[in-house]
Amino acid sequence: MELRVNGHPVTVHAEPDRLLLFVLRNDLDLTGTKYGCGEGQCGACTVLLDGSPVRSCQIKIGAVAGKKVTTIEGVCRGDELHPLQKAFIECDAMQCGYCTPGMIISGIALLEKTAKPSNAQIKEALQGNICRCGTYNRIVAAVNLAATHGEKNHA
Amino acid sequence: MLSRRSFLESLGGGLLVLWTLDEQLNGQESGGSHRHGDDERLPQDVAAWLHLSREGVVTVFTGKAEVGQNIRTSLTQAVADELRVQPAAVRLVMGDTARTPWDMGTFGSRTTPQMAPQLRKMAVMMREQLIIVAAQDWHIPPSSVAVRNGSIVDLKSGREKTYGSLASTVDWTKIVGTDGKLSAASDWQCAGKSLPKINASDFVTGKHKFSSDMRRPNMLYGRVLRPAAFNAKLATIDTSAAERMAGVTVVRDADFVGVAAENEWAADQALRRITAKWDERKQISSNELFSFLKANPEEATERSNDRPPAAGGKEMASTYTVAYIAHVPLEPRAAVAEWDADSLTVWTGTQRPFGVRSDLAQAFHLPENRIRVIVPDTGSAYGGKHTGECAMEAARLAKGAGRPVKVVWSREEEFTWAYFRPAGVIEVESVVADDGTIQSWKFDNYNSGPSGLDSPYKLSWTSTRFHETRYPLRQGSYRGLAATANHFARESHIDEIAAALGMDPLAFRLKNLKEDRVRAVLEAAANKFEWSSSKRARGHGYGLACGMEKGSFFACAAEVSVSPERKVRVERVVEAFECGAIVNPEHLQNQVEGAILMGLGGALSEAIRFADGRILNARLSEYPVPRFSDAPAIECVLLDRKDLPSAGAGETPIMGVAPAIANALFQATGVRVRSMPIAPAFGSSNV
Ligand code: FES
Ligand code: FES
Repeated sequence: MELRVNGHPVTVHAEPDRLLLFVLRNDLDLTGTKYGCGEGQCGACTVLLDGSPVRSCQIKIGAVAGKKVTTIEGVCRGDELHPLQKAFIECDAMQCGYCTPGMIISGIALLEKTAKPSNAQIKEALQGNICRCGTYNRIVAAVNLAATHGEKNHA
Repeated sequence: MLSRRSFLESLGGGLLVLWTLDEQLNGQESGGSHRHGDDERLPQDVAAWLHLSREGVVTVFTGKAEVGQNIRTSLTQAVADELRVQPAAVRLVMGDTARTPWDMGTFGSRTTPQMAPQLRKMAVMMREQLIIVAAQDWHIPPSSVAVRNGSIVDLKSGREKTYGSLASTVDWTKIVGTDGKLSAASDWQCAGKSLPKINASDFVTGKHKFSSDMRRPNMLYGRVLRPAAFNAKLATIDTSAAERMAGVTVVRDADFVGVAAENEWAADQALRRITAKWDERKQISSNELFSFLKANPEEATERSNDRPPAAGGKEMASTYTVAYIAHVPLEPRAAVAEWDADSLTVWTGTQRPFGVRSDLAQAFHLPENRIRVIVPDTGSAYGGKHTGECAMEAARLAKGAGRPVKVVWSREEEFTWAYFRPAGVIEVESVVADDGTIQSWKFDNYNSGPSGLDSPYKLSWTSTRFHETRYPLRQGSYRGLAATANHFARESHIDEIAAALGMDPLAFRLKNLKEDRVRAVLEAAANKFEWSSSKRARGHGYGLACGMEKGSFFACAAEVSVSPERKVRVERVVEAFECGAIVNPEHLQNQVEGAILMGLGGALSEAIRFADGRILNARLSEYPVPRFSDAPAIECVLLDRKDLPSAGAGETPIMGVAPAIANALFQATGVRVRSMPIAPAFGSSNV
């Protein structure tokens, strides 16, 4: 089966019932996408599917043939971190860092749609992502910071 | 200040009691057994802790584990400070039983007060030795050289020798000592500042390999057959269908049954083809939990002073309950095990790498030096990862399959087969004089645990008892242990007394506090919160709580709102916190904020429901944890006491959250809730 992962064409040989999350992690060694619950509740497994955030633990690999998948490994711009990745570091928006990839993917999806989101929009967009370490307010600050950087880049 | 020993003697409780309590505390903290032995003494030579390369890179070896509390960063700061090098020149090897000195485990907020000074001491010895050899080389007295940014400098001529150039001139195994003079916090260069998280870029890029991300050549994926219920015994089993599957290994060893397969899907399929019958036995349910605990005491330890209670005054009695809750680390238990002949290597997220090593050694009848446990920086723990079940399972499967095996627990397994923060019943009886002084205080904790029992208040007579009881679920450590429950009871009851006397909760606390460091944080929190001038909006309430534990001090002020539909929301939390000299202000604040969020879950909504040996809500959809929408506005006031030793900060800031919320809800509604979680008392819209 063919799909595009982080801009590269990829062929996977997998039972179509297998979940995208585990094909990414176990077959393609893209382990930045995390397992947290397997029931669509925690957002640790979030990837972009044709640009939209989805829970890869809820999607069978058979359903993504021919589609574009972006994982955390694919969001750097060359050697440079994505502005939201930088903002996470700057705002110290993590503790254990296990939720971080899913948070960043969800945040990027929001910023692509809404360049300058309000705090309420940020919280709403990230509501499905759990940070058990409780760094929520810092993550909101990081998305805000990235949005400001983005604005500057466009100016 | 009284030492702990004289403090207890002055209470007349006797030393025997002291040791009993401390042992229980330690036993609980370590989630069971902890060991003492000659091989477990801290090595005193520099080589055991530090390595200096020719390039001037300092590698630090510590058995502690990084689980998100950012000790990789704070310990780097400690070593960089004493060696006078940039933090970038310091690397930490953590939690690797083959490389780091023995360590009891990462719990009890001990890293900062114990491991940091230990590493500082070693760094001081290394620095002083480097000074000596450089001075000898130059034939000048050590007093005429200085250290600067990884080099020794001749003060007169200005010539320099880098640390790296001197590295191999010293046999670091021979450099032993115990009394290097550590820098005063006021002289810290690197510690005391907000160094960003070490390796943060590995986390934001997904490069960091957690245990669950580890991959070994030829590795299989394992799953374990779980009993139908707790304490069930395997009656019959048929594994033949699974065994017939290509590429599947079934491993059976008494009641342990597991499978290993080429990928996670095949392992799942194989597991499903195993049919097993279990003999179950009747077990109590969460509905009967508190009466069960009360009815089944086994042993009590008491601390009390010997003066009889004064007569007269207002008498009050209340009972508080605390439910079982789960840690819910976002990375569930995970392990990769690999055998090489009779040697075993395991990568696993545990807070006790050396404890897990002993468990494995026992299970496989191997000497400990045949087993290596490595703890990659882990997706959080909160006291929930003291044990090594998953390591054991992966090792058994790997042995059976003859190939490396990875086991990652599902969320449901994590909710069911790990352990819980103990539930408890706490009874408080008090007598207060009309002038607002507390005459007597009787405190009985059933099952939840003995930590956080020291009262910061002046109490004329007190009796504090911890009753061990029989208990229905596997229970163990949790961030803050029972101190959260005990503070919930104590600080709720203090509020009840203040209300009964018609006194302001802040004024009542200030009047009765005896601990100055608690007073300082309480005043700081009240100021920031603007307690005295706060005007309450309709349906809003304000609450306070304060206390101390493990050498750190907190005060928490909360504002809650209750909607007309009785939906409870925590709007704002101010927490003042003091843990001696601050090592990393930003990370400290992050810990305090995180503890508030985690505390919020246990305070408002988290509770494990169980019946017939089964967990009834073993999924995130049925056991909600705080999300973005639940996060209150948070302000932290961090008091930096450079004159006092640094204490740990990962646990204590959680302790005031629940009582501050309960007290605020009382103010908002007049309803006093004495159970954790609190929100169910306000109706179903909260759960
Ligand atoms: S693992 Fe997919 S949402 Fe939790
Ligand atoms: S940083 Fe640990 S779960 Fe978010």
